[in-house]
Formats: sequence, structure tokens, C-alpha cells
Amino acid sequence: MSFPWAKEYTPSHPAMVWLDEKLPLPRFVYNAIGAGYPVPRNLNYFWNFGVLAGFCLVIQLVTGIVLAMHYAANTGVAFDSTEHIMRDVNWGWLLRYMHANGASAFFVVVYAHIFRGFYFGSYKAPREMIWLLGVLIFLLMMATAFMGYVLPWGQMSFWGAKVITGLFGAIPVVGEPLQIWLLGGFAPDQAALNRFFSLHFLLPFVILGVVILHIWALHIPGSSNPTGVEVKTESDTVPFHPYYTAKDGVGLAVFLFLYFAMVFFAPNALGHPDNYIPANPMSTPAHIVPEWYFWPFYAILRAFTADFFIIPAKLMGVLAMFSAILVWFLLPWLDKSPVRSGTYRPTFKKFYWLLVIDVLVLGYCGGAPAAEPYVMISQIAAMYYFLHFFVVIPVVSAIEKPLPLPFSITEAVLGKDEAATVAPAE
Amino acid sequence: MTQTAVADTSDDAAQGVRRRDFIHVAAVSAAGVGAASTLYPLVSQMAPSADVLAESSTEIDISKIQPGQAIKAVFRKQPVFVRNLTPTEIAEAKKVDVGSLRDPQSLDDRTKPGKANWLITMGVCTHLGCVPLGAGEGEVKGEFGGYFCPCHGSSYDTAARIRKGPAPKNLEVPPYEFTSDTVVKIG
Repeated sequence: MSFPWAKEYTPSHPAMVWLDEKLPLPRFVYNAIGAGYPVPRNLNYFWNFGVLAGFCLVIQLVTGIVLAMHYAANTGVAFDSTEHIMRDVNWGWLLRYMHANGASAFFVVVYAHIFRGFYFGSYKAPREMIWLLGVLIFLLMMATAFMGYVLPWGQMSFWGAKVITGLFGAIPVVGEPLQIWLLGGFAPDQAALNRFFSLHFLLPFVILGVVILHIWALHIPGSSNPTGVEVKTESDTVPFHPYYTAKDGVGLAVFLFLYFAMVFFAPNALGHPDNYIPANPMSTPAHIVPEWYFWPFYAILRAFTADFFIIPAKLMGVLAMFSAILVWFLLPWLDKSPVRSGTYRPTFKKFYWLLVIDVLVLGYCGGAPAAEPYVMISQIAAMYYFLHFFVVIPVVSAIEKPLPLPFSITEAVLGKDEAATVAPAE
Repeated sequence: MTQTAVADTSDDAAQGVRRRDFIHVAAVSAAGVGAASTLYPLVSQMAPSADVLAESSTEIDISKIQPGQAIKAVFRKQPVFVRNLTPTEIAEAKKVDVGSLRDPQSLDDRTKPGKANWLITMGVCTHLGCVPLGAGEGEVKGEFGGYFCPCHGSSYDTAARIRKGPAPKNLEVPPYEFTSDTVVKIG
């Protein structure tokens, strides 16, 4: 679908006319990310992150496929083949550092994309399906990133695999057999490494498929915008190309600048030195932490130190950690406010920033050792996290008095008088 | 013949069951059974393979372990602690009120009769699977004198029972037997 004023694809070259009749792929692209897709004229730079996330996926796919040509998923040689990539393979160091930092960059971009959605109410009707698919992509990304981190078979790889599969062991009755089944053994070993490699190769293509569904679902209502007011007339929109291809180009340039600054000047800043020690099942590193992008959820996992009625602390932590993400699936129905954008919701806005700080605090505690005061801070922060979604959001959406909304996107951009002169020209 | 067949069909129709219904149910059932039996090997291949299971027992020579010492051995590619308790450690473990423990077990429950000094446990923290410290020479034993897990701070006592920290259970005692006074077979 699109708005009635969307430009139609009209190929002029005979070859393109021929192709359009047989397989209208160029038409599809034109309507998806070309001049045939009308987009609100007022998108700010926070709307760059979707395109950037897509770009990160491409970086990961391209570098990942070539890395797989040199890597060997065997416990005897996995570590050495990673070092072989770093030292012997032509440009191997670049490809691996791009891939490792690309994962971090992907998560930075996706977190910005998600928190853009939180603030501007992008999850609200009629865009619930886009949001649900987005949360699914995030879950797939977490699984993919975790399995990728296991592949170099260093100390952090091994113990990360052990601890994360240990989470499944917390499930009553079926937990332990499930963990053994997932690992194909009693501890991470050849079977686990090999299947993680297989799945790490597969899942990005699954992500790609869900991304296509995500964009498909987006094109039904069209993009949201910072005012949250729906598109009314043609003057509210501009064609995606050249307007947003250009704007996304600016964002992409800034992104690439920062990303390659990391790749070239601090490629190991986000990694752990312990992962340059080959995996040793007999000795746990003194301080094991997951990668930074899991820290907020890891802090929630560790916040549960006492049994909760009949639920053991360990299971409670696991349930809370997964719920922390699964609650996002409910968000479109927890937030009942008819106003989408946080800009016009004074009370919501304050709690939004409190949530941002809360997640940063959780992230900090997740990366810190499991000792006081971090455990207590994690407990308070985890409690607020769930309060925010289950209490604050529904209550605020029920009692808040939002600010007056602009009549249209055009009015929000140009002011009332200007908009009045534009409108009759339609 | 034809007439009979036609007659049969009309009879079936009167009873509400047609030949075509039967064919549909039979075909879908056969396909369903086929799909399910294809799924079985696909799920089962994930489980531990024969060679992994074959490594599931191990023999350890314990003649060199002095009282107060412990060794780390390997069982199912995981560490196992074999510890020769001193009389003081045994007394300390027996002094504890079993009912007050998170995972109530006495030292006798966790050792073989007449061999109370041989404490054999997995070296796998029951919280998230890290290897606790305390078996090696000079390692921290935690405030209860047994084992201490550096990952999330679980402390185990001299019977390797959980006393403090997030771990839910005592260190697991694997199945084992003394094949002689100096050899233990684990698994």
C-alpha cells in the first residue's frame, strides 16, 4: 500500500519495461525505499537508526561469510584458526575486527532504534506488528551474538557458553536434560561448538527474513514521525528518495566514522583479555561477564538472590531476565494513551528518561562484580524496570493530560500561517 | 459391480462418512506420522553422541592425597574434586544442624560408609556452572572452609554444602565406588 499521491514507477528504458512486466523487482524497490515511498517530512535523525541497523546486518553478513571461509569449528583448532585469521590471512585482522566491533555497533544502533520507539510511541496502533517483529529480531540478534562469541573458543567463550546454557538448567524438571540436549554433552565441547557455528551461520539469514517482514509491515501504515500525528495530505510527506536517502547518508557517514574509529584504534576495547586464553574447562576466569550489550539483562538475572516463595532464586533470576525483554511484546497494549509522541506527554517523558537512566544503571551493575553495592543497586533498578512497564506506563497513560497536538505534520513544521497557505495549493 | 459401488457410496453418505473423508484422514495421518518420525532423528541428533557417553566413567588413584589435600580430576569433561578431609574438617561438618541448611544433607549422606574422610564432588558450582576455588594448593576456601565460587560468591562448607550465596544446591556428589582402597571409579 501507499498513499494515493505516491509516485508511480515508470521505467523508460525498454529493458526495464521488459523486466517490469516479467518480474517487477525494481518497482518493488522503488516503492519500498525509492521515490515511490512517501515519508513524513519531519523525521529527525533518530529515524536514521533503522537504515543503520540494516547496514550493520549487511556488514555482519559480508564479513561473517568470509570469516567462515577461514575459521574451523573444532575444539582442537578453533582458537588457533581464529589466531590464524588474525595473523596469517590477508586482511584477516580487519575482517575479524570489523565483525567483532560490528556486533557491538549493531547493538548500539538497535538500542537507539528501540529507545526511539519507546519515546515516540512507535509501537502504538496501527504499528503493533512492526514492533512485535522488531522485538523478535532483537531476540534473534541476542541468540546470534551469544553463539558468535563462543566460536573463538577462548576462556570467555567457553564460560559464557557454560553459564548461558546453565540458565536453561534452572527450569524445573526438564532443565537439566534440556541443557544436556542443547550442548550435546555434559559441558560445552565439540558438539556444542559445531552446532553453535551452524546456527550462528543460519540465524542472520533468519534475521534478514524477519527484517523484510518488519519493513513490509512498516509500509502498510507508513513511517511514524516525531509529532505522532498521522499523515493527512501530500504536503505532510516527501518522497523517501532523494530526501531520506540523503539524510540517511549523512547518518551513515557519521556512523562509519565512529565505527571505523573503533575498528582501527580500539578494536579490543569492548572485548575481554581472557578470551585470548584458550578455553580451559578446569578453570573459570576470576571475573566472568557477558558482552556489554547483555549487561542490563545480566544485572536483572543476578538481582535475585533469595528464594521467592516456592520459586528458587536461580529460576526467578532466569524468568526475570527473559521477562525483561518479553514485556516489550505487551507494550502496545500496556500503553493506552491516544497520544503517540513523548514530546506531547509531559509526565510520560519524565518517566521515559528515568527508564533510560535505570537501564544504564543496570548495564553498569551487570558489568560490575557480583558484590555489594552492585547487587543491591541492581535489585532496586530491576524493580523499577518492571514497575515502569507494568505500573507506570498504564497508570500514566490513564491519568496524564497531554499537551495540545499540532493539527498536521505540515503545521508542526511550518507553523499555522504557512501551513494555511500550503494547504489550498493541493 | 458399478451399481453395487454406487449403492455403497450412497449408504455411506447417509451415515455421514464418505469414502473421500476416509481417504483424506488416511492420507493426512500417514503424512503426519511420516513428518513426526522424520522429526525424531532431527531432535535426537542433538543429544550426547555415543563417544561423549563412552567417556562417562573415570578411575582415579587416591593413594597420594594426604589429609587436608584435594585434587581436581576430570569426569565427563568437567572437574571433579576428590578431597581427603582432616578430622577437624569432619568434626566441623558434623557439628552443623542439618535442618538449618538450604539443601539439607549430612556428611554421611554425601560420603560412603566408613570413608567419611573422602569427599568426592563435582567441581561445578550449582549456580551457573563455574569451577569453585579451594581444591588447589593455596586457593581461597571461602568463609566455611570448603569451596568458594568466584563468579557469584557462593560459599561451600567442608562437606561441600551450600552455605552462602546464590547457588541453590550442594556440590553434586557423582555416582562412584571404591574399587580398592586406593582407586575410585567415578560414573
